[in-house]
Formats: sequence, structure tokens, C-alpha cells
Amino acid sequence: MSLGATPTVAPRGFRLSNAARNQILGLLFVSPWLIGLLAFTAYPIVASVYYSFTVYNVIQPPRFVGLQNYANMIAQDPTIPIVLYNTIYMVVLGLPAAIVVSFLLAALLNNPMVARPVFRTIFFLPAIVPVVAVSMVWLWLYNPNYGLINASLAAMGAQVIPWLSSPSLAKLSLILIGVWSQGTTIVIFLAALQDVPRELYDAARVDGANGIHRFFHITIPMCTPSVLFVLITGMIGWFQYFTIPYIMTQGGPMQSTNVYSYYLYQNAFTFFKMGYASAMAWILFLIIVTFSFLAFRSSGRWVYYAGG
Amino acid sequence: MSELTSVIRPETSERTQTVRVSRIAWKVVMYTLLVVLSLSFLFPLLWMLSTSVKDTAQTYHVPPIWIPWPMRFQNYPEAMVAQPFGLFFLNTLKYALFSAVGAVLSSSLVAYGFSRIRWKGRDVLFFLCLCTMMIPFQVRMIPLYLVFRDLHWLNGYNPLIVPTFLGSAYYIFLLRQFFMSIPHELSEAARIDGAGEAMIFWRVILPLAKPALAVVALFQMIDAWNDFLGPLIYLNQPDMYPVSLGLQRFQGQFVEKLAWPYLMAASTVVILPVVIVFFFAQRTFIEGIAVSGIKG
Repeated sequence: MSLGATPTVAPRGFRLSNAARNQILGLLFVSPWLIGLLAFTAYPIVASVYYSFTVYNVIQPPRFVGLQNYANMIAQDPTIPIVLYNTIYMVVLGLPAAIVVSFLLAALLNNPMVARPVFRTIFFLPAIVPVVAVSMVWLWLYNPNYGLINASLAAMGAQVIPWLSSPSLAKLSLILIGVWSQGTTIVIFLAALQDVPRELYDAARVDGANGIHRFFHITIPMCTPSVLFVLITGMIGWFQYFTIPYIMTQGGPMQSTNVYSYYLYQNAFTFFKMGYASAMAWILFLIIVTFSFLAFRSSGRWVYYAGG
Repeated sequence: MSELTSVIRPETSERTQTVRVSRIAWKVVMYTLLVVLSLSFLFPLLWMLSTSVKDTAQTYHVPPIWIPWPMRFQNYPEAMVAQPFGLFFLNTLKYALFSAVGAVLSSSLVAYGFSRIRWKGRDVLFFLCLCTMMIPFQVRMIPLYLVFRDLHWLNGYNPLIVPTFLGSAYYIFLLRQFFMSIPHELSEAARIDGAGEAMIFWRVILPLAKPALAVVALFQMIDAWNDFLGPLIYLNQPDMYPVSLGLQRFQGQFVEKLAWPYLMAASTVVILPVVIVFFFAQRTFIEGIAVSGIKG
């Protein structure tokens, strides 16, 4: 902004320089966020660090125990390796599955077609269904005897599938729900696909590249920035995965869907181990930062920025 | 794939003939795929609708019945009174509307400060704002719970609504992107006419930003409608529950004979407002998501 060109405004008695005036105005405009930052982010962060060094059951005042919570997490608690394994399983399997399926669906939708908005709406719809309703619908679908899938299988005389009752299958059953409700990712990929310049395809065709070549050497590279975005936001989302296991499986059977955020919630609000849960939250933060950092670090090798 | 169709050239060679055939073949494959995939995405929701009008015998029939006859529409009113769903809807509506007002007002103010005024430290603070998105809610969850307890805000909607009046990083980011695309000449012209910054914000920028404000309002309303963890932590009396917790409580009590049809009827009613809003505001939605994904 070149305010120097407009010396017209001459307020009352005193005059602030434009720079000083803008400084005050700028801070005024962002002040709601500043207050929120201090009250609902900065203070909780500091308090959370403190609580993570204490034993705190909400009724008695917090008692300082140093690094004991962290030591317990690493050396004592047998549930921690289980929830870490389950959570990383979801991230490593669920996230790529969701990304690949969404990308293929977006690529399919990117073809010239009639009624594209209709198909796009159908694929997107599950993403806006409230997660509690999603859980209810899938609980019923996965019902061992009368759910749609098993009842159909039984009617055909086939073996029924123990969707949520088998420890080896439960995680995959939850991942399937995750893939089903990835509409947001489809929309992001579709927007990225529509941004790929047509000239690139024309040039490749002149050079004799077929459809599959063009898909792997133009379409995919041109969409990698969106893939990075989805990868990082998706990772953060899966690491905080909570509601569906809370409602559908309560972490079972045999802890097979006990994920990190669910166990953290239990520690905080079921067992009232607020100090321990705070320590768990910080470890979660470190894990998320590490994974995001790795994704960014590796991105130089596989993300292609057309703008340079 | 898509580029196959652009090969429509007015030639009559054999090659064009082959291209045309393969084009039609591709169309057939494509539409078949689309229909099959659409149905498989829809079937959980269709199954929900179908179950919501079944009686007990139809519900537990093997093989499953897709179109029950006669349909038992009483499931809906019966499910709605099995729990005080009217109250749950009012609570959720209050949460959705107030938090949307809060998000639009605060995030647009802050985004204006981060984009249309130049001041020292602005970009550092904006970067900090983006960084806060990386912090999982779980880190802040426990201290926030304790703060709201000490403020005697638990079991009310203050813990869920008040923070929305103090800006959310994601919406600030979205609106800032939009504000930056508005030409500075417009602000300059208003300034020459003697308008102050508040006036420019209110009379020039906000009217131009209506589509972006709609995105924020919509996203926040849907978020509030779907929110589960927040209400779960802060609310403990059923009469304060939003629909998300109410539906889960309904599932927990699960004693009626028609449990599944009732649960599916209640789920349908909970989903319906979101789906209706989505249908009317599809473009806004899709564009909002697309922008955040590309520019992100």
C-alpha cells in the first residue's frame, strides 16, 4: 500500500505517521486472534507442558514428578506399543489407500462426461455425513448376522466376514470406512487435475506418448503438490483418529483398534490421569511433527512445482 | 484418458475410424465404472434409508430386503421421541449458527489485518498463525477443559462457541488468500474519499468477499454439526447434548425391539440437514475445498 500518495486525511489535533497508524490498526484487526492465541493456545500449551511433569487426578492438586510420565510411557505401560502400532498401521495403510482411491476417482471424474456434478456429488457425499451417523450406518452394515454384507453372504451360503469382531480384520474394516468418506480429497485432486495445462498433453501426444504414459509422466507429476498437501493434512487427521473407534469398537476386539488418541482420551477422562495424558499429547505432537518433517524433506524428490 | 476426445478431427482416414471406435469403447467403460462406483459409494446410505422404514421381521430377514413392503414410516416419529431429539436439534442449531457468526466475524477481521494493512511483525505473526494448525487438539484439550471448569463454563456451549469469536487459523488463511486477490486500488479510492480502515473493511472488502465468507460460514456450520469430541468433553448433561452425542446416547440405550430401524431413522434425520445445505451450496463447498487444496 502506498499511503504516501494520499496526504489528504488530516485527523484532528495530533498526527501519527502513516506507519505508526498502520501498526496500531494492524494489531487492532488481528487482536481477536492474538487474544485467542494467548488464552486458548499459548496458555494451554504451557500448562500442558507443566501437567505432563505431574501426577494429576483433577481432585487433588497436581504433584510434580519430573519426567516420570514420559519414563512410564516408554518403559512401563504395555498399552503404549499397542496403540502406537495400531495408529501407525492406520496411517501407513489407510492414508495411501485413501489417496490412491481418491486420485483414481478424481482422474475418472476429470474425463469429459455428462452429469459430472451428479457423480462428483455422490463421491463427495459421505464426507459431509456426520461422523456419528457414519459410525451408526457402518455398525449396522458390519453387523455379524444381519448386516447387509454378511446377510447377503449367508444367503448365498458363503462364509460370513467377521468385520469388527476379528482382531486381524477390525483395523481394515475401519480403514474401509475412511476410504469411503474421503470426498474432500477427491475434490482437491479434481481441482488439481483441471489445472494441468492442456498443452502438456498435446505436446506429449505429438511425441507419441500414449494415455498411460501421459497419466504417469504428466498427470501424476503435475498433481504432486496436492498429494503433498493431502498427505500432510491426512496424516495429522489419522494421528488424531478418535470418534469412529470410540463409537464403533471402543478399541476392541483385543485392543486391535485401540488407537493413540482413543487411549489418550481414556487416560484423561476415564482414568483421570491428566498428567499422563498430557505427556501422551506431547509425544503425539512430536510424532506428528516428525512425520510432517519427513514428508516435507522427501518432497524435494517427488513433488514437482510447475512454477519452479 | 480425457484427452482421447479432443482427437475429433474432420479426417476420414482409417485411423480416425479406429480412434472413434476406441473412443466409444472408452465411454462405455467409463460410464459403467462410474455407475458401479457411484452405487458402491451410495449403498451404505441407501441401506440406512431402507432399514429406517423396516419392521422387526424385515430387519432381520435373510437374505436382506432392499425395498421393504409395507414401509413402516412410524419409525421416524417413534425414534424422535425415544430421546429428546427436538432438544438436541435446537442445541446443535444454536451451536452451528453462533459459531458460524463468530468464525465469519473474527476470521475476516484478522484476515484483513494480515493482508490489507502493512505493519511490522505481520508476516511473522501470520506464520505463527499457520504453525498453530500443526498442534493437535489433544495437546490443548486437558488445560482447556480445566480452564473452562474454573470458569464454570462446563456443561454449556461457551467452551464451544466463544473460541470461534477469536479466529481460527484455517479460516484466517482461507480469507487472507481471498482478500489478497482484491485489487488495492479499491481501498485506495475509498481512502481518498475519506474512509477509514474500519469503513473500508466493512463497506468495500466484506461485500466483495461474500463468496469466501459463505465458505467459512458453511464449513463452520458443518463442523459444529459434526463435532463430537468437543461436546463429549465439555457437556455432561443429556439435555445439553447436540445431535452427535444424542445419537450416540441413543445407540447406547439400545433396548427397543426396533433398535436398528430406529437408529437408522434417527441417523437419517441427523444427516438430512447437512445434505440439504450441501445440495443448495454445492458450488461454494467444492470451490472452498479446491482453493484450500491448491493454494495450500
